[in-house]
Amino acid sequence: MTGTSGRSSLIGRNLLAGAEPDVAGDAGHQGHPPRAGFFTDTSVCIGCKACEVACKEWNAIPEDGLDFTGMSFDNTQGLGASTWRHVAFIEQNKPLGRTEVAVDHGDVDVLALASQGSGTPVEQAAITPTSPAPAPSQDGQTGLRWLMASDVCKHCTHAACLDVCPTGALFRTEFGTVVVQDDICNGCGYCVPACPYGVVDVRPEDGGAHKCTLCYDRLGAGQEPACAKACPTDSIQFGPLDELRERAAARVEELHRLGVEDARLYGHDPEDGVGGDGAFFLLLDEPEVYGLPPDPVVTTRDLPSMWRHAGAAALTLLGGVAAVFAAQAGVSGRRTGRRR
Amino acid sequence: MSESDVTRDGVRGERPGRDALVGRGMGDGERPGGKRRGRKGGTGRRGDQPMVPRAEFTSYYGRPVLNPPTWQPRDIAGYFFLGGLAGAGSVLAAGAELTGRPGMARALKVSSLAALTGSTAALIHDLGRPRRFAHMLRVFKPTSPMSVGSWLLAAYGPVAGAALASDLTGRLPRAGRAATVAAALLGAAVASYTAVLAADTAVPAWHDGYRELPYLFVGSAATAAGGMALLASPVAENAPARGVALLGTAVETAAVKAMERRLGVVAETYREGRAGRLMRTAEALSATGALGGALLGRRSRTAAALSGAALLAASACTRFGVFHAGMRSAKDPKYTVLPQRERLEARRERPREG
Ligand code: SF4
Ligand code: SF4
Repeated sequence: MTGTSGRSSLIGRNLLAGAEPDVAGDAGHQGHPPRAGFFTDTSVCIGCKACEVACKEWNAIPEDGLDFTGMSFDNTQGLGASTWRHVAFIEQNKPLGRTEVAVDHGDVDVLALASQGSGTPVEQAAITPTSPAPAPSQDGQTGLRWLMASDVCKHCTHAACLDVCPTGALFRTEFGTVVVQDDICNGCGYCVPACPYGVVDVRPEDGGAHKCTLCYDRLGAGQEPACAKACPTDSIQFGPLDELRERAAARVEELHRLGVEDARLYGHDPEDGVGGDGAFFLLLDEPEVYGLPPDPVVTTRDLPSMWRHAGAAALTLLGGVAAVFAAQAGVSGRRTGRRR
Repeated sequence: MSESDVTRDGVRGERPGRDALVGRGMGDGERPGGKRRGRKGGTGRRGDQPMVPRAEFTSYYGRPVLNPPTWQPRDIAGYFFLGGLAGAGSVLAAGAELTGRPGMARALKVSSLAALTGSTAALIHDLGRPRRFAHMLRVFKPTSPMSVGSWLLAAYGPVAGAALASDLTGRLPRAGRAATVAAALLGAAVASYTAVLAADTAVPAWHDGYRELPYLFVGSAATAAGGMALLASPVAENAPARGVALLGTAVETAAVKAMERRLGVVAETYREGRAGRLMRTAEALSATGALGGALLGRRSRTAAALSGAALLAASACTRFGVFHAGMRSAKDPKYTVLPQRERLEARRERPREG
């Protein structure tokens, strides 16, 4: 998988946009492991924020504001220099699939349940997420649903942050992920507005750019990332990207079969504007509901055209000024001529 | 809690083997109450509202999709302004020198070097870790306009300095002239590359205008340099400055209009709020300066100087206007989501028609 044979041009190798099957190879890694990634299945996320905490702990990320937003149970608000996992929380006036809501659990003795401990065999448990219930009623169609989704850096195939970084601090690892080298970054902040997902940011305290590394240190030691390790529902799944894509396709199909028509994958398609994400998602609503862009495009896709326009503009400046001077010479020439 | 081992030879081990079901009482079969159409966020009501009005959009509690630039307006808009003034000033200086206008040439060489110094200082001041500014020249990356720009400035600075040194000391006139011409060529690149610097981001007001922004920037740069030439050179020599000011103003105005047409809803960010005020002020100032210079700049030193000052202020206002439009477009999710939605809809409709 070295990816050099028979490919010559930048465009032919899809180095700026389009599907790129061997990102790590194109970045110069020979004999690299398969591309690693995350599949975040938001349909099973319970919003516990274990991922946020595990990430903060493992990566020793400083505290970045203890605020109450007042907007929802989400007080983290969004990804940034000191938030590499962010659990979004959305309350909607809509049932989830054929879920029956407003079920009266008044007859359940929670204390008795608790005394059974957490090791209760499924057959003996009074309620599990999958316990059968009476046939859903018409009334069950109105009700709330909570959407929870753990957001993270997408480790884009075409990562704008990496493309625009002037110092080379951002680089592509052998796992195909995107990482900032803190000892190189000079805090120019160019990566911040370049990212189409609003992930990377500069930390005011140290002036450097920071974002999810997909636990590069853990990967190197044969461990999975801290967030995936901590996730109690397997909402965050880590593995080789190809395998995750297969799993995700199967999962979406299953959810559709169960009547969850809203289920859709996001960021899984190698043909999308960023060439597919290394970290992709199963969502239950439009991406923008979760604060994700509906159709992100890597900004450097248009860079050749930008340079051409800039070149033409520079020539316009040179030509325009030259023309002004030439016209003046003509005018003064005629004047002098007349005077003579 | 999936269990897997990542080794240098790949990932080994177990993948999670169970998928949770969603909700209580779900099973196979038809949903009671019939099938419902997909819903777009915000409407909430069932069935009776099949379509969402075009301009409506959803967001995550109004929070921005993008992380807005951490750049300080004074540093970065100032950098755009000073870079343009320096670059276009060098172009004008070469024209002045080659057509026998030594006063104007020298004045512009001084202003270009000063502006260049100021712009470099602004750039370094804006770094989160200013002591590492030399890391800018660690690599050369054509995909990074900031890298290209750093190398450009590294080449342009010494050349502009040499051109001025030769002019002031009268030494090495030939080398001085070569440096003047080289500074003009590099200066044109310095004046236009900053547009790519802004456009090569996800900021809607900048990226979506990437075709027009370079013309807007060189136009504004020419306005500034023309203004500086009017302000600082003898009246007898300032005729080309008046022409360049008119040219710059015309190019800049045309580029703004064309860009606003292309931007659709994002054009609001250039028309409203602080950016709108700045853009309108810039337009008024540049029109006043260019016309004032053209009509009175030949006769009166004071009128020429005032016109020049107005042109310089106009260029600065334009740069701050562009900067604030970009900030606003990054902070409001509307400007990220709506154009992307439209793009998606258009793509969805196309195969159906074809
Ligand atoms: S999501 Fe943003 S920060 Fe992450 S790799 Fe893509 S461009 Fe870079
Ligand atoms: S802030 Fe650091 S990582 Fe981001 S573009 Fe600048 S040098 Fe690169």
